[in-house]
Amino acid sequence: MSRAFKPKVVTANDLLSGEAVYQTEADTWSPLHSQAELLTDEADAQLRLLHAQGQPDRVVGPYLADAEPGADGPEPVHFREAFRTRGPSNYAHGKQETAQS
Amino acid sequence: MYRYTDFDDAFLRERNRQFRGQVERRIDGSLTEDEFKPLRLMNGLYLQLHAYMLRVAIPYGTVSSAQMRQLAVIAERWDKGYGHFTTRQNIQFNWPKLRNVPDMLDALAEVGLHAIQTSGNTVRNVTADHFAAAAEDEIEDPRPYAELLRQWSTDHPEFQFLPRKFKIAITGSSNDRAVTKAHDIGLRMVRRGDETGFEVIVGGGLGRTPMIGKVVRDFLPKADLLPYVEAILAVYNLLGRRDNKYKARIKITVHEEGLERIRELVEAEFARIRQAYTGANQALLADIAQSFAPPVWQAKPVAAYEEARRDPVFRAWADTNLTAHKQGDHAIVTISLKAHGATPGDATADQMRVMADLADEYGYGELRISHEQNVVLPHVARADLPALHARLQQAGLGTANIGLLSDIIACPGMDYCALATARSIPVAQEIATRFEELKLEHEIGPLKIKISGCINACGHHHVGHIGILGLDRAGVENYQITLGGDGTEDAAIGERAGPGFAYDEIVPALERLLLAYLDIREGEEETFLMAYRRLGVAPFKAALYPAEAKRDAA
Repeated sequence: MSRAFKPKVVTANDLLSGEAVYQTEADTWSPLHSQAELLTDEADAQLRLLHAQGQPDRVVGPYLADAEPGADGPEPVHFREAFRTRGPSNYAHGKQETAQS
Repeated sequence: MYRYTDFDDAFLRERNRQFRGQVERRIDGSLTEDEFKPLRLMNGLYLQLHAYMLRVAIPYGTVSSAQMRQLAVIAERWDKGYGHFTTRQNIQFNWPKLRNVPDMLDALAEVGLHAIQTSGNTVRNVTADHFAAAAEDEIEDPRPYAELLRQWSTDHPEFQFLPRKFKIAITGSSNDRAVTKAHDIGLRMVRRGDETGFEVIVGGGLGRTPMIGKVVRDFLPKADLLPYVEAILAVYNLLGRRDNKYKARIKITVHEEGLERIRELVEAEFARIRQAYTGANQALLADIAQSFAPPVWQAKPVAAYEEARRDPVFRAWADTNLTAHKQGDHAIVTISLKAHGATPGDATADQMRVMADLADEYGYGELRISHEQNVVLPHVARADLPALHARLQQAGLGTANIGLLSDIIACPGMDYCALATARSIPVAQEIATRFEELKLEHEIGPLKIKISGCINACGHHHVGHIGILGLDRAGVENYQITLGGDGTEDAAIGERAGPGFAYDEIVPALERLLLAYLDIREGEEETFLMAYRRLGVAPFKAALYPAEAKRDAA
């Protein structure tokens, strides 16, 4: 029996800025993980990934990352993905900077 | 310093023009990412976790004050006001926007800098002893040879698609400050009778399979350098494995084929191609060497320096951050980019300008970047050191810790790097901060801690006296400690001490380890590495894993 599918989000880097972005239900790209579309069905996740891969003029290297539902929307599971939602830990750069301004 | 010729300028302008077009075509959709990626990598442009990153080569770590000022301009205009100096004597900008990169490259070209071959399966930036042309123990300045190798290898048509990246390091001294034994090719200048030449080391490297390089030729006449290096690369280009990225470096080729076989093939290829080298490269070398002529030394009395040593703050800095210069009234100054709690290797644009100004005022306009992620003023009159130190302190650059515990090498780790499996920078910051609180680092004495955030070992952890390797263990950051590594002429790979530590356990573990060292050393003269070599791993392991030690004793 195959293992239960873990929910996913489609994430990539923005072509122009390189920033981590997430595919939303409305077919846009958001810098916020919480606005990502949480994909609970494996076939659906593959289709959404294909859709992302069809936008090379907008994003680079889309992939599926594990996520789980949270109070304000999907939350990352792995620490690497958690870092991508914030920015580096040595300076308040990246998304932390935007959050402060 | 080497100055670009018209040919160099024209080459770089054309290359930058091509890349500008490639970026435009990527943005307008004419190029896919698969098509664009090798082109951007050839020009030093990576895509990391949060942004693009531009890696700029600082050839053999030598940079002029004008170049340093331009790096400051780039950091301010197109990045976030700082740059990160790396273990390969490069500088990385962590936040460029794709559209701006062609302008950044043009700005670099204005001062004779570029990002060519700072990535890709090519010959990378040739690194050299950061004390070249200043060190007391030097036979000859290795940088003209490094520049010759750079010109020869840049855009070399035969070596643009090697099985894997290729790193060459060169030193002119018997004390190896360039980690030559951990490079694909290491070149150590040696004397045989009245003649000087190179000991050629091949197949060293760190990464997932660390190997100490082996001597393939114990004495190579200097004039044969290019054909011999070409022969090694030609042999590797054919034999190197392209089926498995992790077995593609020349260290694996040497390991699998055996040194004898590699030597036979290299010597045969060398004999074949040497005839084609009719001396043009030696004429070029002679021209290059002229541009590395030493400055006209300004003799100054050293009394002011001796007087200043009565100040304990100045003396502490002088004792750690100065190295003997071949001119007795001069010193080599290492400027620490490792203020306690700061990111190892980072300098702000303002700090870059201060260092450039100081180089002009006191250092004949020249700076170096060390693989240990510090900046060096290679030639400073001792008389000027008190004034220089005061200015460094004002700029937050006066930390007296070179060669001590907090002079840590750390790769960018998972704070920036897409390949990383754990963070490195905050571990380095916390170690330095903790031991500053304990006021123990001067008592502990010479110690090299090196931290890598993944198995690729950009932080050289294998050759740290204490190496720290950050891994992902079941979705949690975990840090393995290795002990007894050494990156000098006595190069050794550190041994893994035991199971890894969680992120919040690593600093306490190091504290136990170093307090144990203070207890068991024979005196202040016995460094951590010496004590490790005398006692072996057992007492250090007992300090790292007290519960296990207690259990074993019961």
